Amino acid sequence: MRPLAQCQALMAVVLASAAAVVSTSAPAQDRLGERAAMIETIKLHARSAPSAVEGQGVDPAVLEAMGRVPRHLFVPEEQRGAAYQDRPLPIGYGQTISQPFIVALMTDLINVGPGDAVLEIGTGSGYQAAVLSPLAAKVYSIEIIPELGERAAARLAELRFDNVEVRVGDGYYGWPALAPFDGIVVTAAASHIPPPLVEQLAKGGRMVVPVGGPFATQFLMLVEKRRDGSITTRQLLPVAFVPLRGGRAQ
Amino acid sequence: MRAGRLLPVGLISAATLAHEVLLMRLFSIIQWHQFAYMIISIALLGFGASGTFVALARRPLVKRYPAAFTASAALFGITAVASFAGAERLPFNALEVVWNPGQLGWLAASYALLVLPFFFGATCIGLAFSRHPGQIGRVYAFDLVGAGVGALGIVGLLFLVFPAAALRFVAALGFAAAALATTGMARHRRLAAGSLGLAAAVIAVWLPPSFTATGPHMSQYKGLSMALDVPNARVVEERSSPLGLLTVVESPSVPFRYAPGLSLANTQEPPTQLAVFSDGDSVTAMTAYSGDPATVAYLDRTTAALPYRILARPRVLVLGAGGGEQVLLALRSGADLVDAVEVNPQMIDLARNRFANFVGGIFSRPNVHLHLAEARAFAATAGERYDLIQMPLLDSFSAAAAGVQSMHENYTYTVEALRDYLAVLKPDGVVAITRWLRVPPRDILKLFATATEALEADGVAQPGRHLALIRSWNTVTLLVAKSPFTGEDVAAIRGFADENFFDISWAPGISASDVNRYNQLDREYLYEGALALLGPERADFTERYKFDIAPATDNRPYFFDFFRWRALPELLTLRTQGGAAMLDWGYLILVTTLVQAVILSAVLILLPLWLRRRALGRAIPRLRFGLYFLALGLAFLFIEIAFIQRFVLFLGHPLYAVAVVLAGFLAFAGLGSALAARWVAAVGCGSAVRGITLAVVVIAFLAGTYLLALPSIFERLLALPDAAKIAIALLLIAPLAVFMGMPFPLGLGHVGARSEEFLPWAWGINGCASVLSAILAALLAMHIGFTGVVTMAVILYLAAPALLAGSRDHVATR
Repeated sequence: MRPLAQCQALMAVVLASAAAVVSTSAPAQDRLGERAAMIETIKLHARSAPSAVEGQGVDPAVLEAMGRVPRHLFVPEEQRGAAYQDRPLPIGYGQTISQPFIVALMTDLINVGPGDAVLEIGTGSGYQAAVLSPLAAKVYSIEIIPELGERAAARLAELRFDNVEVRVGDGYYGWPALAPFDGIVVTAAASHIPPPLVEQLAKGGRMVVPVGGPFATQFLMLVEKRRDGSITTRQLLPVAFVPLRGGRAQ
Repeated sequence: MRAGRLLPVGLISAATLAHEVLLMRLFSIIQWHQFAYMIISIALLGFGASGTFVALARRPLVKRYPAAFTASAALFGITAVASFAGAERLPFNALEVVWNPGQLGWLAASYALLVLPFFFGATCIGLAFSRHPGQIGRVYAFDLVGAGVGALGIVGLLFLVFPAAALRFVAALGFAAAALATTGMARHRRLAAGSLGLAAAVIAVWLPPSFTATGPHMSQYKGLSMALDVPNARVVEERSSPLGLLTVVESPSVPFRYAPGLSLANTQEPPTQLAVFSDGDSVTAMTAYSGDPATVAYLDRTTAALPYRILARPRVLVLGAGGGEQVLLALRSGADLVDAVEVNPQMIDLARNRFANFVGGIFSRPNVHLHLAEARAFAATAGERYDLIQMPLLDSFSAAAAGVQSMHENYTYTVEALRDYLAVLKPDGVVAITRWLRVPPRDILKLFATATEALEADGVAQPGRHLALIRSWNTVTLLVAKSPFTGEDVAAIRGFADENFFDISWAPGISASDVNRYNQLDREYLYEGALALLGPERADFTERYKFDIAPATDNRPYFFDFFRWRALPELLTLRTQGGAAMLDWGYLILVTTLVQAVILSAVLILLPLWLRRRALGRAIPRLRFGLYFLALGLAFLFIEIAFIQRFVLFLGHPLYAVAVVLAGFLAFAGLGSALAARWVAAVGCGSAVRGITLAVVVIAFLAGTYLLALPSIFERLLALPDAAKIAIALLLIAPLAVFMGMPFPLGLGHVGARSEEFLPWAWGINGCASVLSAILAALLAMHIGFTGVVTMAVILYLAAPALLAGSRDHVATR
């Protein structure tokens, strides 16, 4: 970590704990500067990877939502200093909280509208659900690991993300009682996409699946169910990269 | 002197080498395979540092020899267990290196911890040499026989006990050596022997298993760790052998449903499965089977099912049976006969016996035969009789995605391997290989290039007519046909792809309008790559591609290595912008290990010598002498490491190769150094330099012969039983190692006669060179292959005597 960032982080921690003493009700006001810097980084990265945002940059509503979520409260205590760096962080149980840039891309890709219901498979820290919360009417999230799920549910409730509902269980079958969903985010790695999830995707809906290892997203898979019910998938590289040197794109 | 006096030397030597081999096994479990070369280098660093230490503290230590030996052996025993227990508790996370270079600090810390037992073990041996200057030959004999027994013995022990338990036995062996060494002590002999013997027993029997257990400290990002985090998931069976740790897990609450490459058109849920993890990561599923093929209909909708669309009632060879998914698919698809090959006998026992009922006894059907063999070895002797060879997906997705296996020699995806497979096919037969899809593509293009080259080597003029490539969103299946695909075949491939929303990236007659329809990529790199690799611009395309996709060969069997220095600056820039998955970290971790080794070996070996240079008699290190020992250190390990890598193919597993080649080189190089004086007397007319010159000429001749002959020797003898292959490997190593054992002691004698103060430097420089060479050889092999590394070693050997000869003149004129 650069000394400046370290100082900032340290100050932020000091301020955060001071703020915690003064008032526990406004965590969203903590570390605003870092959050703004994080948003700028996301915009910068998005400009250099136009295909992943379909040529239009990240939707300002998504960025605004991310600017409001206190990410540092979604990571373990020892990781808080690094919470606003544009990188994934370990949250235990072999799981990570995704890199902010990837969260922005995924949220952007499912095109959530104000009246939409969104299903998330793999709550993890709860950060993705929190980002979706102001964008959608309702967010349903399923987590396989009870400790993570319970912790995320408590955190989301405490921070008043009231339209998020977290359930601990098997994500394979989705949440049939509440289907269909306008958007589905599958953050838990799987060898294949569970058929019930494809089934529960609304016509015109979008599903996004980050594919890769725990600290390295290879590509984002976008599953679209057209109005006629047909399915197409697209694989989007989160970065502008042409594998051929000296080719057209350089 | 009674032999009993030297028994402790043999014991500690055995324990030290056993520890080295064992650490590789332990680290494969808690981390990944790429630590193997780091451990060889750590061991050599321990030896080197102890050489410096003994040179500096010789007098006081030799005076109290029995006590010093005993203490050092006991410290070996303590640190063998404690350093591993400490290292596995460090929070090192190889996958996080891309984001947090501070992780490399933990890597350095484990390096520093793990070096301790090797330092103490080697100190015992160094002391023995110093204590018995007149008995060098006998000390050497005990040392080397002990080392050989240790390296091979640990492999045997690993068949009997789990690695964590084996570690306690190795530590106990150190204490046993310490207890025996007390016999020379003047006072408190019985007390010391008794308490050390007790310590040996305590470590072997009563040490809490949790102290060295690997389970709790396995990387939390390995598949097994993650599977066990799921509620109610539990280990139902665990088997361990030198070939790996197999862990069978059941997960009743959240079933596994492992089915990579499954089409989005599938609606069926896979039946109950048991997951079998190998070293905690690579997973294979055992699927519950009632005998009703309809329950596994989903398998028809995986990319690996493609070949069954163009083959009727095929005779199938499955290379890598694992839990039997591909056997199930073959049975469901109406295969006439299934030969399934599995290299791990414990996997066979699990699938055929322990869980026979669970898998519906598929391995006991009359038309299914499960063979214990290595894939290449089986293919080499099978004869032309199969319609289909299935090579299923056995490595873990996350390991593939993180590139942590790039150091892994892999002899199943080389040009020679594909030719072997094509040779056992009937004229209309097909090889089907399934891999994970990585974007941007790397392994698939390398595989395509490899298949193209194999077909061309078999005399096929238009390889494109023999190849078909389809992809789902996460897997790719390549078909390599012995005869050109017919129009009907191509129509069947198209039909299969359309039904399952799979994309065809290559098939004969395909055009740009046919590709990239269902799973759309930014650009259809696979189709473009296939076109380029089949056309005249192949060399140019391979050269311009930012990942290394040149075909893997037996000479350079690094199928999983895609790293190119040229692309590094761009990839480093992109790594935090969403491009983290494009950097293959296995390679970079190895480079980092090399840098750390340079620093640590300079600090631990050379710096103390330099600081105490006055005490050493103000010897100014003579450049030419220094270069001589540097060249020897590099060359010896280059050949040894290249042989280890090369013998993986012959012996079937990296751990066998390490143990056998290490034991062979130790024992026969030791014999060579014992014979060195006689060799000089016989052929060198008493001149050490002449003796060395003749020895290196023999080394060059033998190494050159092996370069040419080993491939055909291996091909002919691959099918022999393991014990015979181990004996043959030792026989092959023997003559070369005997001569490689000569230049070092002869050089020492030559230099020592002129400037005795230089001797510690000779040891030190040689030690440093060995530490670096172990890692450097592995890195070089990825670039210039086995042949290149051995050639470099030969050049170094041939240049070495000139360095000594020149310096003799220099000394004489002084």
